[in-house]
Amino acid sequence: MSQVQLTVNGKQAAVEVEDRTLLVHLLRDHLNLTGTHVGCDTSQCGACVVHIDGRAVKSCTVLAGQAAGSNVTTIEGIARGDELHPMQAAFRDNHGLQCGFCTPGMIMSAIDIVNRHGGMLDEATVRHELEGNICRCTGYHNIVKAVLDAAGRMKVAQAAE
Amino acid sequence: MGVEGIGASVVRKEDKRFITGKGRYVDDVKLLGMTHAHFIRSPHPHAKVKSIDASAALKMPGVVAVLNGKELVDDKVGNLICGWMIHSKDGSPMKMGAWPAMAPETVRFVGQAVAVVIAETKNLARDAAEAVVVDYEELKAVADVKAAIAPGAPQLHPEAPGNQVYDWALGDEAAVKDAFAKAANMVTMELTNNRLVPNAMEPRAAIADYDAAEEHFTLYTTSQNPHVARLVLSAFYNIAPEHKLRVIAPDVGGGFGSKIYIYPEEMVALWASKKIGRPVKWTGDRTESFLTDAHGRDHITKAEMAFDKDNRITGLRVKTYANFGGYMSLFSSSVPTYLYATLLSGQYTIPAIYAEVMGVYTNTTPVDAYRGAGRPEASYLLERMLETAARQLKVDPAELRKKNFITQFPHQTPVIMAYDAGDFNASLDAAMKAIDYAGFAGRKAKAKAEGKLRGIGVSCYIEACGIAPSKAVGSLGAGVGLWESAEVRVNPVGTIEVLTGSHSHGQGHETAFAQLVADRLGISINQIQIVHGDTDKVQFGMGTYGSRSAAVGLTAILKAMEKVEAKAKKIAAHQLEASEADIVIEGGEFKVTGTDKKIALPMVALAAYTAHNLPDGMEPGLKESAFYDPSNFTFPAGAYICELEVDPSTGKTSFVNFVAADDFGRLINPMIVEGQVHGGLAQGIGQALLEHALYDGNGQPVTASFMDYTMPRADDLPSFKLSHTTTLCPGNPLGVKGCGEAGAIGSSAAVINAITDAIGNNALEMPATPDRVWHAIHGA
Repeated sequence: MSQVQLTVNGKQAAVEVEDRTLLVHLLRDHLNLTGTHVGCDTSQCGACVVHIDGRAVKSCTVLAGQAAGSNVTTIEGIARGDELHPMQAAFRDNHGLQCGFCTPGMIMSAIDIVNRHGGMLDEATVRHELEGNICRCTGYHNIVKAVLDAAGRMKVAQAAE
Repeated sequence: MGVEGIGASVVRKEDKRFITGKGRYVDDVKLLGMTHAHFIRSPHPHAKVKSIDASAALKMPGVVAVLNGKELVDDKVGNLICGWMIHSKDGSPMKMGAWPAMAPETVRFVGQAVAVVIAETKNLARDAAEAVVVDYEELKAVADVKAAIAPGAPQLHPEAPGNQVYDWALGDEAAVKDAFAKAANMVTMELTNNRLVPNAMEPRAAIADYDAAEEHFTLYTTSQNPHVARLVLSAFYNIAPEHKLRVIAPDVGGGFGSKIYIYPEEMVALWASKKIGRPVKWTGDRTESFLTDAHGRDHITKAEMAFDKDNRITGLRVKTYANFGGYMSLFSSSVPTYLYATLLSGQYTIPAIYAEVMGVYTNTTPVDAYRGAGRPEASYLLERMLETAARQLKVDPAELRKKNFITQFPHQTPVIMAYDAGDFNASLDAAMKAIDYAGFAGRKAKAKAEGKLRGIGVSCYIEACGIAPSKAVGSLGAGVGLWESAEVRVNPVGTIEVLTGSHSHGQGHETAFAQLVADRLGISINQIQIVHGDTDKVQFGMGTYGSRSAAVGLTAILKAMEKVEAKAKKIAAHQLEASEADIVIEGGEFKVTGTDKKIALPMVALAAYTAHNLPDGMEPGLKESAFYDPSNFTFPAGAYICELEVDPSTGKTSFVNFVAADDFGRLINPMIVEGQVHGGLAQGIGQALLEHALYDGNGQPVTASFMDYTMPRADDLPSFKLSHTTTLCPGNPLGVKGCGEAGAIGSSAAVINAITDAIGNNALEMPATPDRVWHAIHGA
């Protein structure tokens, strides 16, 4: 057992975990942040994507201990109170989700995609960049629409700040 | 239609919790004192379980119990059932071997559970499972359906000699023979419909909680039909009587058929919870999904089609071998029979059809209904036949279809189904226009100049949905009725709860169902709550599968609404001192036509509950329920056209365009309908190009993770162009047909037809991987 200290969604946390504990299990089982999902166990599906120090990471591929001292953001931490993150709003408005299980990972990946590409996103780039996230419901059609829509919204939001 | 009524693309009410991480799936639930189960599964496809030694595991810290199949059988937990009786040609009932939830003696597929470890944490349970020693005596195994019925094949169940579950037939054999004797032309094909793994993104999970004082069980489970689960667990598995078993299916992360069934893990969790006196949780990992979720498809078929000299279809003869895996899953027997052969007339007038289906045991994971269930297999077969016939007869594939389309309705096919409405020319014309079918030859020539092989493929599907009516399915062998129930509760302040037996696991019922109520009363969907997925809340229901929730479930809500409105109008008329016949409902108000007299819904509701001033003899309250059993299936139909390019040097396929023109009858929420089509198309395209659940010759699965089984990803798929044509379904008052499965049913043939058109070789099987396509182009 080891104590892992990290910041999750802006709050300090100190958690006693087995050394083999993965970050996703620290989040789900110890901090009750169940929005981050486990869909595959082989780092293929991306349902577990969170941000570590601002970068999208599959939390099933990171030991909890490796995240010590870092700043972790989960799907629960991206809205500002009742104001949805533009990516969340775009997923809702474009029907970019059905069962909702892959959605948190999709949204966290998509935010990272937009952040990395800025305004230079097109459909082919979005499709290529989403290769690490599997959705079985939507055929990706509306997810791609949502990411492109959000890219525009995030640009506007950034410009306003 | 109002802004939130029928026909409006309202954004979904349920989305807020999913996009903020507040969805509540089974694995998110924690109970006080909860233990964790890990199953010990056979690594062998066929073996005797000689002994299980758990002594070392039981000494490990945190281990609560290790339970095995013998104890389960000793405690009289029932064997898993197959709920649809099929009789062979000779009249004999299908032949089935027993399927205990954990194998006491023999395992028949890799992944079958033999024991379960229950411990304080999931990790401790996994560690202890490593210390359980299972001694197996390996037996010869067979995974291939043709090999399984060959003489000398390993025998799986003594009850089913030759591994044959049934040898079934439908149609008029003599009439078909006659049609072929007189045929001017014939087309023959051998086709494989590849085995698929449903792979809902949420792995299956269960939490069982036994309350000894009340002798009551609660089961949280990833189910598409919690009431069916309760019924089967009570009536057949001897877990508990229905009033002592509550089944909750909260947010469920996709189903696609795979979460219809009641699996061994739920049964064991319930049984174990009582045995150890604590809650037991099991969450499957992805490899367990691959090994134990019911698979889909897996047919080998020889099909022959006869044509007269005018290119009209005169007969169809089909012989199919269906691989059922090691055991007969809940509805497996119906899939290659009544959900398949009954659709073999497709959109065409075919005077004579004869289909034979042999159901076969093999040492593989059990197979059952997966999105479309039987109808994709029928549609793929017919549409490849039509395309191949057109090439053989040297006519345009679209024109050959049009020549043979059914144009008069109702139409009785020779294989049971009576199509009630449709306009197949309209959907094919819409698709041809959307893709500029006429301009294809020019595009093909241009691509050729650039070194690419361009192809176009048509697929015109029809399916039977809204599965019901109870009498009809009962006469065909179903063990259950397939109606749906609903209850509408108007609260004293005028808000409304609708309890439905349908279950949403991505379909958006919480929005679409609310739209019906909003439409009828002229109120906001925010005043309406759709309640589902809990047997303690909803009285009964048959659940969601077979694209039945709009046609059956929503119609049940409509029927209950009509009763609520009738009573509310009586109350309003009494309050307004008007005639009941003069009351109309508009904008949330009950109005007396031709006057300015009105009363708002909340005041009517309040009057119903205060009961101070109700019509004489009227009971207080405003709550009604209804059971709805339709008179026929519904028949969604449409046309899909795929245009693509093949790179002859690599065999890689690239989409140019994919258009869909569907007739789903009335659309409740077009945005949700289109989402359903997108997802279905992706699964059909996945089957056509990428997905294949493979076993080696000995029954070892070789595709048991996302590393080995190719799931469609965003860059494997195009954006889709959708359109709708409309003939209302005459079988239900809303005129709806169902849209959940169409995409998966119609798309795979369109893709393969396009590839075979591009490469000029009809001999191509799914999945059409670059390797297979390259070989089909270059031979060898």
